[in-house]
Amino acid sequence: MLSGEMKDLEKPAEHGVAHWGADEKPKIQVQNLNAWYNQKQALFDVNLYIKPNMVTAMIGPSGCGKSTLIRCLNRMHEMVIGARVEGQVLLDGLDVYGPNLDPVDVRRRIGMVFQKPNPFPNMSIGDNVVAGLKLTGVRDKAKLGEVTRRCLERVYLWDEVKDELKRSGASLSGGQQQRLCIARALAIEPEVLLMDEPCSALDPTATAKIEQLIAELKQSYTVVIVTHNMQQASRVADYTAFMYLGKLIEFDETAKLFENPSEQLTERYITGKFG
Amino acid sequence: MRLRRIVADRLLISFSFAAVIIAIVPLASILFDVTAKGITAINWDFFTMLPPTPLPGAVGGLGNAIQGTLILVSLASAIGLPVGLFSGVYISEYGGNWYGSSIRFLGDVLVGNPSIVFGIMGYVLLVLPLQSYNTLAGGFALGVMMMPIISNTTAEALKLVPNSLREASMALGVRKWRTTFVIISNARAAVATGALLAVARVMGETAPLILTAGISTLWFSGLNQPAASLTYYIYYFATSPFPNWVSLAWGAAFVLIVTIMIINVAVRVVTRGARAHA
Repeated sequence: MLSGEMKDLEKPAEHGVAHWGADEKPKIQVQNLNAWYNQKQALFDVNLYIKPNMVTAMIGPSGCGKSTLIRCLNRMHEMVIGARVEGQVLLDGLDVYGPNLDPVDVRRRIGMVFQKPNPFPNMSIGDNVVAGLKLTGVRDKAKLGEVTRRCLERVYLWDEVKDELKRSGASLSGGQQQRLCIARALAIEPEVLLMDEPCSALDPTATAKIEQLIAELKQSYTVVIVTHNMQQASRVADYTAFMYLGKLIEFDETAKLFENPSEQLTERYITGKFG
Repeated sequence: MRLRRIVADRLLISFSFAAVIIAIVPLASILFDVTAKGITAINWDFFTMLPPTPLPGAVGGLGNAIQGTLILVSLASAIGLPVGLFSGVYISEYGGNWYGSSIRFLGDVLVGNPSIVFGIMGYVLLVLPLQSYNTLAGGFALGVMMMPIISNTTAEALKLVPNSLREASMALGVRKWRTTFVIISNARAAVATGALLAVARVMGETAPLILTAGISTLWFSGLNQPAASLTYYIYYFATSPFPNWVSLAWGAAFVLIVTIMIINVAVRVVTRGARAHA
């Protein structure tokens, strides 16, 4: 097992992940991951390590497969008709595509926030926060109330909405809706939080709030964020992966990747030569 | 050139306007005629009494036909609603394969099916074995007719719910069947609209009943007995030579039109309320 892990660590080492201790275990380990939409291959042999309690960003031009990659991590990729995956995604060493893990349990451990805020329009603000609990059978009123408050406080939305928890979640502004969606994802107490371009539909002020939030969330969660905004990646991420045409080109500490990339393609992308 | 454009423009507008008039005049005249001639036949007796004899001065109503239509439509709904709703849910939420799309295609074909065909089906399956026209066969024929209508409208309503809500639910670790309920709840106004319109649609059907429920001059007396219905009575009385029967046929047409109109208005109110809520 140990020798296997050592071997697995060789690949990112090629890309220069220097501070990877031999005893350090990745929260998520992606091994030889290939993904398809019908006949079209979207990911080619991706290998990636995601450290616990760190923010890992995926950058790359549109259509490079970064969204597909994070959707493979919590088995959301297969929801698209014709979508297919091969390879392994290990969550704490356990294959999320293995026979012993129910995709529903995977998604409870790996939460997700989407590009466009998607609160349930026919539920109130409060019900949106605890939707994941209620829909999986939690009935305890006191617990639901406590979770609502704690999660809304966590995303700094409590003070803004505490007097109107009964209002529709769709009545909030875009930035508030996105924070509501983050609160909803946190309510099921996941270990990992995947964020698929969470700020691309938001204005700069709302974006700043979310970024500040991400920095705090990594104390308790492992965060993976997809972004097409390189400044955002450099602001929030500890590690950054650069993807191009479905392949992982480079993966390194964010500072290293942006200041001294090993690959020419990465350098050309971050200096704005293409993409 | 400019003149030509103006002339073409005016011509097209005039044609469209004329077409609207041509379409509306007969409809309006039907409504007007039915209301004028039907309303005089409406009184307390119309709703409470059995059909009269054709003798001059005989009093009576179509109470049994109203009762029969209500029973037939309830039976049809009991059969058609659950099957239609579930198959619509299947087509939209689970039918992303050849099986789902063939059901969908079949539904489209069945919606366009002549309604007498459903009558023949009820006749073969339930009238022949029971050796009598009967209420069950009528409800069954109307119910089967409702299935593809409700299935299609339900599937359409659910497909209009953005996929982002399905993803939101699934990403919370909610099971697929529970997610489906979230989606249905989001589309409930549109689903209810489709179901109500299907009820209104079969309520106005005559052809399937001729071969199944038949007609009865008495009150409802069991599912294995024939049932009266407003539509069959319209057909039966309107073609008779007796003035009091013809007058009742107008009354029945009026009651039917008003009922269907009420259902349509109810649908509008329901959907408007739901939109305001969202």
